[in-house]
Amino acid sequence: MKTTNLLMSMVIATTLFFVGCKPKDAAIQAAVQAKEATGITVAVTKGDVTLTGEVADEAAKAKAEEVAKAEKGVKTVINSLTVKPAPLPVVISEDPTLSKNVIDAVKDFPMVKATVKDGVVTLTGEIKKPALITLMQHLNALKPKKIENKLTVK
Amino acid sequence: MALEDKYKALTDAATAAGITDLAVREQDGVLYIDGTASDGATKDNLWAIYDQIDPNFTSGDLVLNVNVAIDVAVTHAKVVTQNSNLNIRKGPGTDQPIVGKAAHGEVITLVNRSNDLWWLVRTNDGEEGYCYAQYLEAQA
Repeated sequence: MKTTNLLMSMVIATTLFFVGCKPKDAAIQAAVQAKEATGITVAVTKGDVTLTGEVADEAAKAKAEEVAKAEKGVKTVINSLTVKPAPLPVVISEDPTLSKNVIDAVKDFPMVKATVKDGVVTLTGEIKKPALITLMQHLNALKPKKIENKLTVK
Repeated sequence: MALEDKYKALTDAATAAGITDLAVREQDGVLYIDGTASDGATKDNLWAIYDQIDPNFTSGDLVLNVNVAIDVAVTHAKVVTQNSNLNIRKGPGTDQPIVGKAAHGEVITLVNRSNDLWWLVRTNDGEEGYCYAQYLEAQA
């Protein structure tokens, strides 16, 4: 009987301990969340803070961790933030490749003349509107630096 | 930033249409938009928006490179020229000799698409060679 009582009181004590913890965690969560940038999710368990979400760069990731650590009552910070991958660099075709591909692309548009210099495709001549869209779609797929469209649209 | 604002309607539409691998960045006064559309209609819609923002594409401040995704399982393509026959060439390039022709609207076999611009095809007569990919529409 004594053992059962002891166990019971232990269970109660433990429950009280956790329950006692909860409001504190909630308060920490709210405080940290308010200070973190948008896109960061803050979770708190017994004073341990977990940060999840995506940030722009490593600096933002480190900053978010510092912000959480500085909060009163925070024991540890688990930084599970991911850094947004850098945007793909712009790929621009070399002139010889671009020139060859431009010749192929404009072949079916006899009234169009195209020149290529330093990645810039310059179009002169004339074209009908539906054909213009087709031609531009073809040319935009060739990774030019720029397309100077000086065509007269008929 | 100004260019991103100018073409915001376009990038918003691209995002809404679920363009995969969408990349938008500005460099030396030109905005580059790359990505893959799920179908031709989505791509055409983006081009219609581009035409609204910059009528006849005269500003020279955007390179819109959105291609249509093709299922690897696709084995046939339809010839989508304006109305003429499509040349089949010995190699990938208009400098290559013509080895055959595919009729407008004809459905031909896709052999290899490793080259983005020129696809290796085979006609129903067994002629094999390269066609300009822009005039081929993959058949689901």
